[in-house]
Amino acid sequence: MTNHWVDIKNTDLVLIMGGNAAEAHPCGFKWVTEAKAHRKARLIVVDPRFTRSAAVSDYYAPIRAGSDIAFLGGLINYLLTEDKIQHQYVRDYTDMSYLVKDEFGFEDGIFSGYDPEKRKYDKSTWGYQTGPDGFVLADPTLQNPRCVYQLMKAHYSRYTPEMVERICGTPKDAFLKVCGMIAETSAPDRTMTIMYALGWTQHSQGSQMIRTGAMVQLLLGNIGVAGGGMNALRGHSNIQGLTDLGLLSNLLPGYMTLPGEAEQDFPAYLAKRSPKPLRPGQLSYWQNYPKFFVSTMKAWYGDAATAENNWCYDWLPKLDKTHDILQVFEDMSNGKVHGYICQGFNPLASAPCKVKVSGSLSKLKYLVIIDPLATETSEFWQDHGEYNDVDPTKIQTEVFRLPSTCFAEEDGSLVNSGRWLQWHWKGAEPPGEALNDQEIVAGIFLKLKALYKKDGGAFPDPILNLTWKHRQPANPSPEELAKEFSGRAIKDVLDPKDPTKVLVKAGEQLNGFAELRDDGSTACGCWIFAGAWSEKGNLMARRDNADPYGIGQTLNWSFAWPANRRVLYNRASCDTEGKPYDPNRKLVGWDASSGKWGGSDIPDFKVDSSPSDGMGPFIMNPEGVARFFARDMMAEGPFPEHYEPLESPIATNPLHPDNPKARFNPAARVFKGDWASMGEADQYPYVATTYRLTEHFHYWTKHVRLSAIVQPEQFVEIGEELAAAKGIKAGDPVRVRSKRGFIVAVAVVTKRLKTLEVDGKPVHTVGIPIHWGFKGVARNGFITNTLTPFVGDANTQTPEFKAFLVDVEKLPVKV
Amino acid sequence: MQASRRTFLKVCATGVGSSSLTLLGFAPGAALAEVRSFKLARATETRNTCPYCSVGCGVLMYSLGAGAKNVHGRIFHIEGDPDHPVNRGTLCPKGAGLVDFIHSENRLTQPEYRAPGSREWQPISWDDAFTRIAKLMKEDRDANFETTDKDGRTVNRWNSTGFLAASASSNETGYLTHKVVRSLGMLAFDNQARV
Repeated sequence: MTNHWVDIKNTDLVLIMGGNAAEAHPCGFKWVTEAKAHRKARLIVVDPRFTRSAAVSDYYAPIRAGSDIAFLGGLINYLLTEDKIQHQYVRDYTDMSYLVKDEFGFEDGIFSGYDPEKRKYDKSTWGYQTGPDGFVLADPTLQNPRCVYQLMKAHYSRYTPEMVERICGTPKDAFLKVCGMIAETSAPDRTMTIMYALGWTQHSQGSQMIRTGAMVQLLLGNIGVAGGGMNALRGHSNIQGLTDLGLLSNLLPGYMTLPGEAEQDFPAYLAKRSPKPLRPGQLSYWQNYPKFFVSTMKAWYGDAATAENNWCYDWLPKLDKTHDILQVFEDMSNGKVHGYICQGFNPLASAPCKVKVSGSLSKLKYLVIIDPLATETSEFWQDHGEYNDVDPTKIQTEVFRLPSTCFAEEDGSLVNSGRWLQWHWKGAEPPGEALNDQEIVAGIFLKLKALYKKDGGAFPDPILNLTWKHRQPANPSPEELAKEFSGRAIKDVLDPKDPTKVLVKAGEQLNGFAELRDDGSTACGCWIFAGAWSEKGNLMARRDNADPYGIGQTLNWSFAWPANRRVLYNRASCDTEGKPYDPNRKLVGWDASSGKWGGSDIPDFKVDSSPSDGMGPFIMNPEGVARFFARDMMAEGPFPEHYEPLESPIATNPLHPDNPKARFNPAARVFKGDWASMGEADQYPYVATTYRLTEHFHYWTKHVRLSAIVQPEQFVEIGEELAAAKGIKAGDPVRVRSKRGFIVAVAVVTKRLKTLEVDGKPVHTVGIPIHWGFKGVARNGFITNTLTPFVGDANTQTPEFKAFLVDVEKLPVKV
Repeated sequence: MQASRRTFLKVCATGVGSSSLTLLGFAPGAALAEVRSFKLARATETRNTCPYCSVGCGVLMYSLGAGAKNVHGRIFHIEGDPDHPVNRGTLCPKGAGLVDFIHSENRLTQPEYRAPGSREWQPISWDDAFTRIAKLMKEDRDANFETTDKDGRTVNRWNSTGFLAASASSNETGYLTHKVVRSLGMLAFDNQARV
């Protein structure tokens, strides 16, 4: 979230699209209710299903799963055509006036530089025109045909209300009603929040759906303001934190990135990630990258990391490709991955295409499961009848299942969607012999380290030198680890303006990332968490819920990254003079008397930069402003374009009916062997979409008695029209089949799923909750991801769980 | 005497006994039965956060057990933390059942091992498990570690073993895991955020 849960109460309009907060995030959704009750805010829900969020909305518009870019692109077209944009914001805080290279182009659904063989783009034309001074050229009048505004206007002019209706199945009047309500928030003192979740991420073009939403918010001036923002409602309690800490193939902590194998030169690695400002007077805060990087390496490798060895740069593994979960299962299926460790992750249920995952796991030499619960993955080799029909004697994988603690049995911090690091405390001992995760990681690592020390082996240096300063080496404490990622001074940290002044003494905890240095004098495991545990103590454990400004900014409750800031980009809540657009919801403002920015939040800005300096509010971008034109940062193009899901109910992309290359995401990665596993509408005519129920959490709560009582049995939702056509009544058993397998479940026949008219034909949607499996106290069921396709978003490789094709058949009723 | 429901609960919960109860019209019989005291009054309260979705609701966990040697506390009740600025005491249907997660019959209680081709689990000690896992990892790492690629570039990576990190483990676990995984040279590293 750019904003946070409580801030939703400050909004005038809520758009829930690609999510269902009322059911999936119920206690956060209450802030929507609060805004409706106390600010007369309105709620719009756009969703393939009439969800419980929709049930309490002021307006609901149906949409075909997977067509959100068409809808939002149509909204952009409406806002530009009707001139319902926040003019000053767009002019001064975005790239609208920047000139784009003449070579950049877009033709029949494909951007310049496409290689259809590799399914990849050469992005060299996706950039700005620059002047002799190196700065980007701009036309403040927005008249130049190569400026971002003109290119964008032309790009989305194709997204007419009629085209939206044709692609999305949303009736034109419903679409225009939504546009009209949203357009009202272009007024500087009106704001909208967008709340989305996996309904946007789990598509082959999910990242671009989210981008299109962000572009709408920028046009309306709704980013950086109270009650506004792009608010990702994360799915699990700490995937925000684990992402922040960089536990992904290509990341380092704090959104730093691992080097690729071509990046052999350390200064060049740093320079590439420390961009110089693209416009005069801009901060481009990533220029501090060397400080963050060196401090992380000092935290990891201590005295072994020196200026002479480039702070152990060579010790970092260099990427040949991104080894995301889909890539790893692909490599596993080809025998290239022999060992796998699953720490609190159940990929047999959570990853797409169960038959491929199961077959891949069967090829492993060893599998280690670390979990509080008996997961399906841990028994992928076990015969569980129709739910997991395998022959154990043919599976040669050695499996270890190691019991870990759950939340109630440990101390530590989690990061919620609002970026709050909240500390929690242990309330009981774990059952039996279960150990906490740190003990288990330490147990394996210390054995490995001892083996490398004794016997040597492949490149032991990083293993032998990894920082491990714990009072109990076999049980690193949460307090020690939190202090390590928060950061400390190795030598005295001096004030750069007055080197006689010591800011932090050697050995002390740092106050924040501004104190980080690139000379090895600071160690900090995750720069964006810096200051979470300072000399003042553990700020994540703070529990003062005082709200002095009355807009929900509880700055002394826990610690929010970065720098305890609650609303990102909050400088953009003020006009160019530094005055808040809405003084009643003031986050920050310029105080000329003190020469500083201040207010109810920590300014997301250079605190003493006067408005007259002309520094833009998006200080992490080298432009200083927000981008409509994504340059070379997205896989499939600088402007989002609608493409069909990999499995689509219609034969062509209605925007490019004559170009099969532009039918689905031209940059989506599909592994060679998987093309044959994709179905077409003649055999699998219905759109399927998967989701959570409010009574269950993923594959955990089927182990929980209360949840198993309230939702005991697997079901699928089928609209009344499809049910009538198939002779299916509520309660009938049905088989749902995709090209990759089938599940059997009870039919729930519902008015919630309407048949939509898409590209001239009726399209039915089947809704499939995800929560069942063959382990648990609820009734056993089929793993829903048996059905889903093995393809991900072209940027993130997040699987396309939200739009694929199935067939449905009625089964004889069991007696 | 007029007793509201609240007064009545208060009187019973404090367990002051016969005189108040007499006032309420309960005449003590010959044998005085002890009034059942309010269990939360003797419980230990521990603050935690819900491990499910990302709202991060504050919860209060109540456990019994004096903390003496060989006395294991048992959490018997969980409710929303009324001080928490986001959930203000509320919990959703999942959070309301958290105590059943802690005590699920499917909680794992001992390390287990499944041999190649076997149909069953067998118990294994922690030390044996760590030793065997470390041996398997070292064999695979030593056999497949790439110091340089085919063009002679330094790459120091180990791509034949992967690690999937959790979605609900703490930052402290995540930080330690990341550090260990990269020190081994692993790139096949992901967490639940990917899916």
